[in-house]
Amino acid sequence: MAETTELTRHIESYVDTSSSSSPSLQAASLNAIASLVKTDVLPLQALVRELGMYLTTTDNVIRARGILLLAEVVTRVESKPLDSATIHSLVGFFKDRLADWRAVRGALVGCLALIRRKSVLGTVTSSDATAISQSFFQYMQVQSLGQYDRKLCFELLDCLLEHYSDALTTLGDGLIYGVCEAIDAEKDPECLMLAFHIVQSLAQLYPDSSGLLASFAKDIFDILEPYFPIHFTHPTNGDTHVQRDDLSRSLMSAFSSTPLFEPFVIPLLLEKLSSSLHSAKIDSLKYLRVCSSKYGAERIAKYAKSIWFSIKDTLSTYLGEPNFSLNMAPVDGIGGIGGIGFPENEFVMEALSLLQQLIVQNGSLLTSVIIDDEDVNIIFNTISSYDIYDAIPVQEKKKLHAIGRILYIASKSTITSCNAVFEGLFSRMIDNLGVSVSNTDSSPNGHIFPSQKVKFGYLYLCIELLAGFRELIVGSDEPALQYVIDHGTSCTWLHSFSSSLFNDFGSVLAASADRCPLDPDIYIGVKGLQTLAMFHSEVFSLQKSIFDNILKKFMSIIIEDFNKKVLWEAALKALCHVGSFVQEFHKSEKAMSYGSLVVEKIVELLFLDDIVVPFSLKVEALSNIGMTGMKNMVTCLQGMRKAVFANLSKVHTNLRSSEVTVGLLECYSCKLLPWIYENGGSEDFTVQFAMDIWSQAGNFTVFSTSFEEKGLLDALIKTMKLSVGSCSVESQNLIIQKAYSILSSRTNFQLKELESLPLSPGKYNISLTDERIISLFASVVIAVWPKTLIPNMRVLVHLFIVTLVRGIVPVAQALGSILNKLVSTSNSAENSCGITLEEALDAIFNTKIWFSSIDMLQRCNGTSNGKEIVLTDICLGFANDKLLQINAICGLSWIGKGLLLRGHEGIKDITMTFIECLIPGTKSALPLVMKSEDQIQDPLVMKSAADAFHVLMSDSEVCLNKKFHATIRPLYKQRFFSSMMPIFLQLIAKAYSLSSRSFLYRALAHVMSETPMVAVLNDAKKLIPVLLDCLSMLTEDIQDKDLLYGLLLVLSGILTEKNGQEAVVENAHIIINCLIKLLDYPYKTLVRETAIQCLVALSELPHGRIYPMRTQVLRAISKSLDDTKRVVRHEAVKCRQTWASMSSRTLHF
Amino acid sequence: MVSGLINANPIIYEKKERRTRTAPTAIQDEDIKDPEHPYSLEELKVITEEAVEVDDQRNYVRITFTPTVEHCSMATIIGLCLRVKLMRSLPSRYKVDIRVAPGSHATEAAVNKQLNDKERVAAALENPNLLDMVDECLAPSYY
Repeated sequence: MAETTELTRHIESYVDTSSSSSPSLQAASLNAIASLVKTDVLPLQALVRELGMYLTTTDNVIRARGILLLAEVVTRVESKPLDSATIHSLVGFFKDRLADWRAVRGALVGCLALIRRKSVLGTVTSSDATAISQSFFQYMQVQSLGQYDRKLCFELLDCLLEHYSDALTTLGDGLIYGVCEAIDAEKDPECLMLAFHIVQSLAQLYPDSSGLLASFAKDIFDILEPYFPIHFTHPTNGDTHVQRDDLSRSLMSAFSSTPLFEPFVIPLLLEKLSSSLHSAKIDSLKYLRVCSSKYGAERIAKYAKSIWFSIKDTLSTYLGEPNFSLNMAPVDGIGGIGGIGFPENEFVMEALSLLQQLIVQNGSLLTSVIIDDEDVNIIFNTISSYDIYDAIPVQEKKKLHAIGRILYIASKSTITSCNAVFEGLFSRMIDNLGVSVSNTDSSPNGHIFPSQKVKFGYLYLCIELLAGFRELIVGSDEPALQYVIDHGTSCTWLHSFSSSLFNDFGSVLAASADRCPLDPDIYIGVKGLQTLAMFHSEVFSLQKSIFDNILKKFMSIIIEDFNKKVLWEAALKALCHVGSFVQEFHKSEKAMSYGSLVVEKIVELLFLDDIVVPFSLKVEALSNIGMTGMKNMVTCLQGMRKAVFANLSKVHTNLRSSEVTVGLLECYSCKLLPWIYENGGSEDFTVQFAMDIWSQAGNFTVFSTSFEEKGLLDALIKTMKLSVGSCSVESQNLIIQKAYSILSSRTNFQLKELESLPLSPGKYNISLTDERIISLFASVVIAVWPKTLIPNMRVLVHLFIVTLVRGIVPVAQALGSILNKLVSTSNSAENSCGITLEEALDAIFNTKIWFSSIDMLQRCNGTSNGKEIVLTDICLGFANDKLLQINAICGLSWIGKGLLLRGHEGIKDITMTFIECLIPGTKSALPLVMKSEDQIQDPLVMKSAADAFHVLMSDSEVCLNKKFHATIRPLYKQRFFSSMMPIFLQLIAKAYSLSSRSFLYRALAHVMSETPMVAVLNDAKKLIPVLLDCLSMLTEDIQDKDLLYGLLLVLSGILTEKNGQEAVVENAHIIINCLIKLLDYPYKTLVRETAIQCLVALSELPHGRIYPMRTQVLRAISKSLDDTKRVVRHEAVKCRQTWASMSSRTLHF
Repeated sequence: MVSGLINANPIIYEKKERRTRTAPTAIQDEDIKDPEHPYSLEELKVITEEAVEVDDQRNYVRITFTPTVEHCSMATIIGLCLRVKLMRSLPSRYKVDIRVAPGSHATEAAVNKQLNDKERVAAALENPNLLDMVDECLAPSYY
């Protein structure tokens, strides 16, 4: 009983539409009832009985709600099996209610729910379906309903057509009438999507041309026609999910659903093609393509001519200037190069794919139309009178381009069309080119006969034809096609003329001038040869001799024509394209000859000093050719290694070989290494190369003091870092072992000495050579994974500290990197390095370093008069040596960076040390007597302490980044910023010495400019005054220009962000004053430009706040109008315009 | 004012692509809207790049513009727009001379005189209606 009352309560709450019952409450009641029914607590029949009066009452509102309730419940129990009697009675009820227009939504929802039921759970019988549809067509006035109800109607119709099409056919023409009436003049996008689908289903119901639909095709089409092209008069807002494209596609399937529409659709589309509306044109082309594939060749044949003319028109209107560049990478696996490249254009693409569709469908008709076309023939006749591209008049150029594209498509589409085009046109071109078959067997060595003037136009068309043909055969690898292709005219033609084509393309190259941008004539020559060379597939290939000749021709350009830059680059690119194409066929003899004719020759170039090709070009060629494939890469790498070590052994005698080595190493680390990494090459070579460098490093000659070049060492360090960084942990272990053995055996000093404390830098005999080896070793340490085993870490740390104070930066970076990657004690179980983070920190900060009092870094003889101090104290100047102090500060900053990145506490002490350098007395609680103002540090020391913050905050390229496997904690910059900011602000307020304050500003500027904008914005209010002070302080020195710019960007960020503006309003006055001062900053244009942009942004502030500044700004900006840089003047005009038009009396200020 | 447009169907030309300038001074009179139509003066060929003459050494700028129709009553407004634009864009050292192309306007002399008379230009700019019109033509956001 309790259940019944509860049920009644739920029902009442749902049916009640008065304000007392909220939508969410109603939904909850509905769910409760549905779950009762679903769990069989309440049978459906019982629910109906319970609803009783609600379903039949004369109160329209309550009846409507009651029926909707029942319908919604039926919708929700769709996964519950129902017996056929229940379904039948429900159908009977809902279909009758369709007549009740006041309660129609419930009836629709109910019918829809029943129709959609899955067959295993009990479905509507087909007679019931017929009954529903009869009732629907009898009572429903779809177009008089609201949008949601209309949508339900369409969904119902759609479902009926989909699931009960047989039942519906019994309705005869009533069905078609009904559908027409329902969808006529529908405007809502969502409903239209369904309506179009209904038409499509309807068409599939009567596929027969003699069927019922045939007589109604015109009527249906009349309803659909006005929708084309789909055009939204109102912008689509968020709540409609239907996009124009979806709707257009849906209409397209309705159009193409039956061939019966053909007499109406095609003329409409052809007419709309000439419309000026962008979407009408595009859609027409698209629809034409789809319709012609659906309607079949026969029906389309009669339109072929008119469609052809439209395509030709579209092409000649929209086809842009070809971009004569060889930059485009092969677009697909078969190395499709797509003939001549054009800027992408939607019209052109659609028109060409329509053409292709037509050719595939009805090849013979279309090819004959093309071959006999008037324009094609005119072009063929006139083109012969021009020798070079630039001589052709603009109009004819356009036609030439269009016809080129058409020929490309024609030869690419099918074998028959290709044959037909070759037969019809290729022979004519060859005749006109003035070559005969007779000289095909000549030119065995790639020599080119100077033939008579070559006609550009023909070669252009030849390339398009050949490219199409090539794509056709490369794309079709089926052996079944073998016969067809072998006996096709096109192949025969090509075989007999390939040699003369080679001659022609080659002679263009010889004749044309070298100018930039790429001359079309050069392009044609190179592109032609490239296309020829890439004729290769299982079924058809170009003769090997011709292929070899092409490669030889290109190589001769590479070796001889290096002063013709454009030609040289074009030839190299073509070689690369050919190379990556033949790589696909590993074992083919063409890949072999590419290897021997190109790759090996390029490698040989490195060793030939008598050939005058500039070295940079040799390296460029080497890297590009190497990147064509893994096999070629291996050859190139071997050659490069040989060259590197050959040169490396000569560096001390020959200055040039050091340059050569630097160039090669640069190429290896910047180009080849990333390529190997990306293309999944094995790391064997990388490891071996790194090992070899270490072996060489062992030879004293390489690192001997005689070579002064710092460049070589830097290049070696960089190469080493990148090589090690890209290796796996195992390989890194190998490399570091090798490096360590060299370090311990080949240096003059004894590593063992470093084990005894205190460390005394003066005692060890570290020569310049040793320093170099240590730097190189440090670069290995920088790049390793955290898991990699670094041997004898404790001694290494000592060694690094000792060398660090001598000012060797890589060593400091290595220390930072060690600290960044070491495992801390807490999880020492997996510790493999034999030293924990805490131990390392202890070693760095608490190891006493012993200095003799006279000369810090010199070998000392006695032990008297020295002092022992730790690293941080050196930073604070306890050693009384400025240089030493600066070195230590610099080193400490890198160590700090390592800690900062992993979010270690230790960074606090380090930053405190820097701050102590800037303003004494902050760190220790020592009585102030000890740290008075006269203990203030030297300006240079203070500057380096301030710049240490730059090292801490900036992203470094050389170490401690993702590439070198650093541990980077998220948001570390924000964290550091927010912990440092209060300290800085407090100190700046307290600092009474001018120099202290200016260096504090400097440090703060470093921190601010590297912090992400979001963090800065939060503190904008407090920061702006300080930021402005920093800006005005930094204008003095030219060296600070980048820092100044970075800071200005922070300011402009605050100005443009919503969050920052409140703070800006308060300080508008001083901000404007500061910006005006920057307007004539002489050292960096970007600063002036940004300052003006900031002023523009400021003009957005409340009028009352900035109006007083207007005159001042206008006066200042008028000077910028005469700036030496155009960008600045341009911004100044904009700025002046905004500030001037702020009040109506524009010009009087 | 005349009811309806003075030139109802103007011919619209393509904008000329900007060449990259290296000259020390360049005028930025591009993108001034026509008082009647939503096109820029350049698109209507009222003003072209060739019609602007700049002498940086002698601080002199001379502009010759061509109204779309001979009896165009907008000629003075166009001239005023050009002048205001240049006043805002050029450093004050320049003297600006604005003229109607010879033979392109019915009252050529009068228009020229009006446009180059300092007092009359100043007076025109005191007129809030005129100034609003000029500001609308110069507003950078119309395209």
